[in-house]
Amino acid sequence: MSVTTETADGLILRPGKVLKRQKKPNDISGISNLLINIFFWIYSALCIIPLLLVIIVSFSNEDAVLRNGYSFFPKQWDTSSYEFLLKDYKQILDAAAVSLFVTVAGTILSLLIMALYAYPISRSDFPHKNFFAFFMFFTMLFNGGLVPWYLVYTRMVHLKDTLWILIMPLLVSAFFVMLLRTFFANTIPPALIESAKIDGASELRIFIRIILPLSLPVLATVGLFQTLAYWNDWYLSLIFISPDGHVNLQYLMYKTMLNVQFLTASPQAMAALAAQGVEIKLPTETVRMAMAVIGIGPIVFVYSFFQKYFIQGLTVGAVKG
Amino acid sequence: MSASNPSVSLSKANNAGRTIKPSIWRVMRKYWVFYVMMLPAIVVLVINNYIPMFGTLIAFKDVNYQKGIWGSDWVGFSNFKYLFSTETAWIITRNTLLYNTAFIVLTLVISVAFAIMFNEMRNRLLSKFHQSAMFLPYFLSWVVVSYLVYGFLSNEHGFINQTVLPFLGLKPIEWYSQSQYWPIILVVVKIWKEIGYTTVIYMAAIIGIDHEYYEAALIDGASKWQQIRKITIPLISPVIIVMTLLQIGRIFNADFGLFFQVTRNAGALYSTTQVIDTYVYQTFLAIGDIGMSSAAGLVQSVVGFTLIYLSNLAVRRISKDDALF
Repeated sequence: MSVTTETADGLILRPGKVLKRQKKPNDISGISNLLINIFFWIYSALCIIPLLLVIIVSFSNEDAVLRNGYSFFPKQWDTSSYEFLLKDYKQILDAAAVSLFVTVAGTILSLLIMALYAYPISRSDFPHKNFFAFFMFFTMLFNGGLVPWYLVYTRMVHLKDTLWILIMPLLVSAFFVMLLRTFFANTIPPALIESAKIDGASELRIFIRIILPLSLPVLATVGLFQTLAYWNDWYLSLIFISPDGHVNLQYLMYKTMLNVQFLTASPQAMAALAAQGVEIKLPTETVRMAMAVIGIGPIVFVYSFFQKYFIQGLTVGAVKG
Repeated sequence: MSASNPSVSLSKANNAGRTIKPSIWRVMRKYWVFYVMMLPAIVVLVINNYIPMFGTLIAFKDVNYQKGIWGSDWVGFSNFKYLFSTETAWIITRNTLLYNTAFIVLTLVISVAFAIMFNEMRNRLLSKFHQSAMFLPYFLSWVVVSYLVYGFLSNEHGFINQTVLPFLGLKPIEWYSQSQYWPIILVVVKIWKEIGYTTVIYMAAIIGIDHEYYEAALIDGASKWQQIRKITIPLISPVIIVMTLLQIGRIFNADFGLFFQVTRNAGALYSTTQVIDTYVYQTFLAIGDIGMSSAAGLVQSVVGFTLIYLSNLAVRRISKDDALF
């Protein structure tokens, strides 16, 4: 009998063993447990395998791909697609810089703007709070649709082809403002605000020194979702950015999907290849997938570190405060 | 964000019945800091949401850039007459409604089943691992998903045409020009991408159920199936109902990314893949027909608003706390 310790909810901790509940009367039978396990193994594989295909193709030899199609077991490994992209790095670097800047600036700005709006409408002593809550909420119910929205940004405020157009439309999400408001209203004791006021703190000071530090969990959740929204956005680029403007990574991937030649728009890469006396033959299929891998990389990285906070944030939001 | 969280309620009035209403200017003077704090978001909302709402009126105009948008002539409902005289109007409406109905039903059934299964898994660590794996597709943009789908379906090089079908002794299929396969493909892709998210929400609801119900059921000799049918499902039904009604409220809004990126916007597939949102995009930005596209957009907005309003009424009847307004 090895050393075991039993935790409060019947978890058995054996040194060197997985965390496993002891079979309790209401547990499912071993055979159903096995079936559920097998099912989920298969489903998890289905969630990961498609990504693997793209990664494997990007490391395959172009000729082998042209002969046998995309395959999980390429006949020849090859990194020439990445070498090609390295020669043509400028376009990718530009796009990555646009994506990074828009994501960082957009996330910080939108968190700030939304929190600044959510705090007043969370204060029960603010007489106009219901009006402003509705002013925010109504945008969830009715929207003007693509056409007038497009005309406002192109013909009234003239933001077409600027970086600002990639940031502004996603700045305020009514849903997140409501989430922040609920959090501020339910978790920060009004007495705390009262006493700070008595001590002579200004509203802004209360907001910065008391509200924000106490709301880190919800700010982190909203911040993560906004980061994801900015990084993954291609729609705004599709509509407002001309192909020779500030394209971001997602848009570059979209263009590469339709036409790999879009990547080779840079004359210097062509010149570099020509100077080496290389006959210009673009490894189209593998380069396309290599471009995808470069675009997917950061998000998979973020996913592997932060997915548990996303899941926690969702569950916190789902349980009524 | 597509799925909306049912718990954010807006009906929490905690106004301690003021008898004297202070004048609006007094309030503004006293709370001027709050107004300053809210100003940036108000500016964004006005430009991004409120001006376009009034802008929907251009659906009743014959827009002519020479005369300016507001200088253009009013033409009443003629844009709408044109729109509904085309066969496309019916096709895009049908596609939007059918796809969204399939998404709502399948998402609900599959994610509740997954949540229950996760809850029964005896190995906690494994359960966490599978949840994480399932969450991965949610992180990918539709552009990336279109690459993954292309890897399998590409006509000349796709894994299915080059490896799977030859292995089964079948002829390759021109996936991107055969419209009949796409309803199934799109439903599978959509569910694959979103299911991790909705499963987590239902799991949170199941975890919140008091364990004593199950203990009592066990003493009465209830089987697992009976427990699921008589305890788990009834107790999470408020969450199920609210989530579903919210989705019904958005049944006229298609997921633009899914229908535009995953199908590579292939014209040959339009009969089964064109939805209201892609149609508005296409007629407005590709063809430049402002009249038709703004009319379609306005119909979508008005119907969408009506549906949200009605589904909220329904939520209020079921559970006042979960109502949106």
